[in-house]
Amino acid sequence: MIKLNGLFDKKIAVVNIGIPSFAEDLKKQSVPVQHVDWRPPAGGNARMRSLIDKIKKGAKS
Amino acid sequence: MSVVKMEIRRGAYFDSVTLMRISADAKKIAGVTAAVVGMGTDYNIDSLKRLGMWTDAAADVTPSDLMLAISADDDKLAAEALVAVDGLLKARQAAKSETGDWLPSTLAGAIKVLPEANVVLISVPGAHAAREARQALEAGLHVMLFSDNVSLEEELALKEFAVGRELLVMGPDCGTAILNGVPLAFANVVRRGTIGVVAASGTGLQEFTSLVHRFGAGISQAIGVGGRDLSDAIGGRMTLLAVRALAADPQTRVLALVSKPPAPQTLEKLLVELKSVGKPVVVYFIGAPADAIRAAGFMPASHLEDAARQASQLALGRDLTSLVDDAALDHAAEGITLHGSYLRGLYSGGTLCDEAQRRLLPVLNVISSNTPISGGKKLTDIHQSEGHTIVDLGDDDFTRGRAHPMIDPTARQERLAREIADPSVGMILLDVVLGYGSHPDMAGELASTIRDAGAARMATGQAPLIAAAICGTEDDPQDFAAQVKTLEAVGVKVFPAHAALCAFAARVMGANR
Repeated sequence: MIKLNGLFDKKIAVVNIGIPSFAEDLKKQSVPVQHVDWRPPAGGNARMRSLIDKIKKGAKS
Repeated sequence: MSVVKMEIRRGAYFDSVTLMRISADAKKIAGVTAAVVGMGTDYNIDSLKRLGMWTDAAADVTPSDLMLAISADDDKLAAEALVAVDGLLKARQAAKSETGDWLPSTLAGAIKVLPEANVVLISVPGAHAAREARQALEAGLHVMLFSDNVSLEEELALKEFAVGRELLVMGPDCGTAILNGVPLAFANVVRRGTIGVVAASGTGLQEFTSLVHRFGAGISQAIGVGGRDLSDAIGGRMTLLAVRALAADPQTRVLALVSKPPAPQTLEKLLVELKSVGKPVVVYFIGAPADAIRAAGFMPASHLEDAARQASQLALGRDLTSLVDDAALDHAAEGITLHGSYLRGLYSGGTLCDEAQRRLLPVLNVISSNTPISGGKKLTDIHQSEGHTIVDLGDDDFTRGRAHPMIDPTARQERLAREIADPSVGMILLDVVLGYGSHPDMAGELASTIRDAGAARMATGQAPLIAAAICGTEDDPQDFAAQVKTLEAVGVKVFPAHAALCAFAARVMGANR
């Protein structure tokens, strides 16, 4: 049986990455929400970004 | 003689909606003739060039740099305008951490602050969206992927990964979802109940859930899967996961599906899966013949109101009167003479634009659109109507570099004013979509355009007939009843179901041939 890790029985709590008004709307409804002050990783440098990802993966294992 | 002043801020980042608002405010500053406040994307650089505002300062700009470009009557005004824009940007930064609290800049940081988080809503530029979604899935969270411009390959990889962990990936390009009664992104406040719906369409989901509420039934879960999920490339992976989850959900007693017809192999897989659900299933595959669905043992719907009514009847265990009331519509259309030959539909929702074309093609014979249905005509210039025309102003071709028409009415207002002033136009159709995410007073914005642009033709008794469908509930953040009144006050005929608007338009256009 597919239970989606019990999602339907939990209190929805959201991390919002991007458009701030989505988080503001959730706050208005008293839904727990944390907005992320997002910016492109590695200053937008794609090569740097993939290097950072590789390092992070190596650190995890 | 215009003066152009430009400032480049390396590595500064603001989301596209914020920058569009600031650009719009900048244009209103006294003496400013043009303003571009945006990231250094190809689109924005093209805009600068088109407006004659490109300077050497922009030569090595990248998409990670913020450009502030002002064209004004003189040097002093341009400099003042730049200072004003700087103020707007600072105010936006301050608002981001309204109580002065620190904001995390990564998902990991956010999870530390909100360890009970179970959904990540992602609306960053497409180039970065898949990576953020992957991180969310790796952290064990469900994803709502509002972003578009995510590649098919990225979508497939994300969904394969997610399905293996029983996690949702709603999207890409998913604007609407309601989970455990919580409206996410562009969604309406609807009664909780026993109907679980899976949709590959944003406004389709909004109309369906709003009408379920209107019929007195409720929604257990409303899961968006993104427009490409039912292609053979993606194979309906998220649709199947969502259907299985709703089959196993004790709260859900009726299932509904809303989407374009699935690709053939995916349709077969889906029908097999639906057979093992063990609960009644209402299927609305837009434009698909009902026989295959009926033959498979499910209930086909012919439009969104029909799907909502059938599902609600099953949920409530009683018959419900359709909102497409033939007698009332005959009465409403009686004796109406149009003062122009053509119908123009100006839509903010793609599925509603589609539904209007389907309903009206048999009556109008030829309909042009930027997103024509099969049997329709593609507009030569999407900004110029030809004969009967029904456009989706929310489509990419219209929204490049602009906010979506459900958020920002300006583009639709401009088009509406031109259509009203066109003496060959007899009837105009509009959709007004309420709910979270949408403009706080769309009816007011449209009404003011109708009042101003219609004055000339109204004076000679030649005004076009304007009719609108309003999508939403009385629990939405906008005041539903007031929105209806505002439109009616300027002579707009308002319908609570899009199918009713279409049926009305079919009668009027049919009688005025």
